[in-house]
Amino acid sequence: MTTSANIHAVEITGLSRKFGSKLALNQLSLQVRRGRVFGLVGANGAGKTTLIQHLLGRLKAQSGSVRVFGFDPVAEPVAVLGRTGYLSEHRDLPGWMRVDELLRYTKAFYPQWDPAYAEELRRQFGLDPRAKIKTLSRGENAKAGLLIALAYRPELLLLDEPSSGLDPVVRRDILEAIIRTVADEGRTVFFSSHLLEEVERVADDLAMMFNGQVVLAGTVDEVKENHHRLVLRFDSPQLSAPKVQGVLSLTGSGQEWTAICNGQREQAVAAAARAGGRVVAESSPSLDEIFVAWAGAESA
Amino acid sequence: MQLHVSTGDGVPIYLQIANQVKYLVASGRLAPGDEIPPIRVLAHQLLVNPNTVARAYLELERDGLVHKRHGSGTYISGAGSPLARKERVKILSERVDALLAEARHLHVEPPELLRLIQERSQSIQPKEDK
Repeated sequence: MTTSANIHAVEITGLSRKFGSKLALNQLSLQVRRGRVFGLVGANGAGKTTLIQHLLGRLKAQSGSVRVFGFDPVAEPVAVLGRTGYLSEHRDLPGWMRVDELLRYTKAFYPQWDPAYAEELRRQFGLDPRAKIKTLSRGENAKAGLLIALAYRPELLLLDEPSSGLDPVVRRDILEAIIRTVADEGRTVFFSSHLLEEVERVADDLAMMFNGQVVLAGTVDEVKENHHRLVLRFDSPQLSAPKVQGVLSLTGSGQEWTAICNGQREQAVAAAARAGGRVVAESSPSLDEIFVAWAGAESA
Repeated sequence: MQLHVSTGDGVPIYLQIANQVKYLVASGRLAPGDEIPPIRVLAHQLLVNPNTVARAYLELERDGLVHKRHGSGTYISGAGSPLARKERVKILSERVDALLAEARHLHVEPPELLRLIQERSQSIQPKEDK
């Protein structure tokens, strides 16, 4: 194992992936430190699931490299999958099995399976051991998937859009599981989400993905502190958004416009002044606003 | 200790936690010597990352508002916050500006607002003195 693998649970360098002529991942690089909760955010179709498939070794890197705990997931699937608990967005559990059968079946694959922990989670999640998987509600299905991803205490918990389409009660169970995973055992969590609220609550670090690339990465606090929301006032009403260099987005109407900028606050203020605007208010944007600003900037 | 975290605005969660603890101390709901919950417990209760709670506690410790006892928990300090005066004035000025703007909007003149502040101050004072 390299020294880097002691620090990073996941290390992706220059990863590109094409489906036909469509470039799904474009020279993407990111690192996930051990013991951290990492949130991957991006619009639908940004490439999040494709990226996760590479971590599981289900897709082979066309160029660049993917390492999980220092291992190549394609060349050494046992080393990677044996350390990784995965909950897919589609929760592809075998419908004909009963809950207790699913637990026994999954247990067979993992020597480190913890039966007491599995039972504790089953009770906590309120899953009937004799219920057939296909009769479970959407939320129960997600909990069953989460249970088998957690019960062998994986070093890396990998969740692809875990809260997608679930009610607030089940979402809470999932967030609790994430928090417990890092708090009690210092393991690593990697999850993708389009719910910025969740990312802000539970993630230490985040990366924003657009068009197959990471455009922004850092700790959640850094990202929030580096972005500024400036309310600009112009002497005369502006019919369309004025050109202000160096800001991610500019929205508003008439004389007042709101700019979101990343770092470079002084330059943005100077650019606004050149365009005839002065700053009348300043505050910190929410992660949602930051995301929307980047989404606009990336599609422009 | 009941805290509430909101993710809608720009204030980082660790600051929300730290500010609310400061408020609870200022309003007398937390007294010197009171123990505040362990990091894991509060993280679970608020459904936020434990590192975020740890950062809030560190911030409070730096401000002298709480102290750790070796091998034990985190406690509210006796001396109160020795924040620099400039810092305190800065924090309060922002609040006062917002309050004045709102008062103006509701057609409440500054003298009436001052009276209201004194009234409210008296109503929370006794708790602090007990």
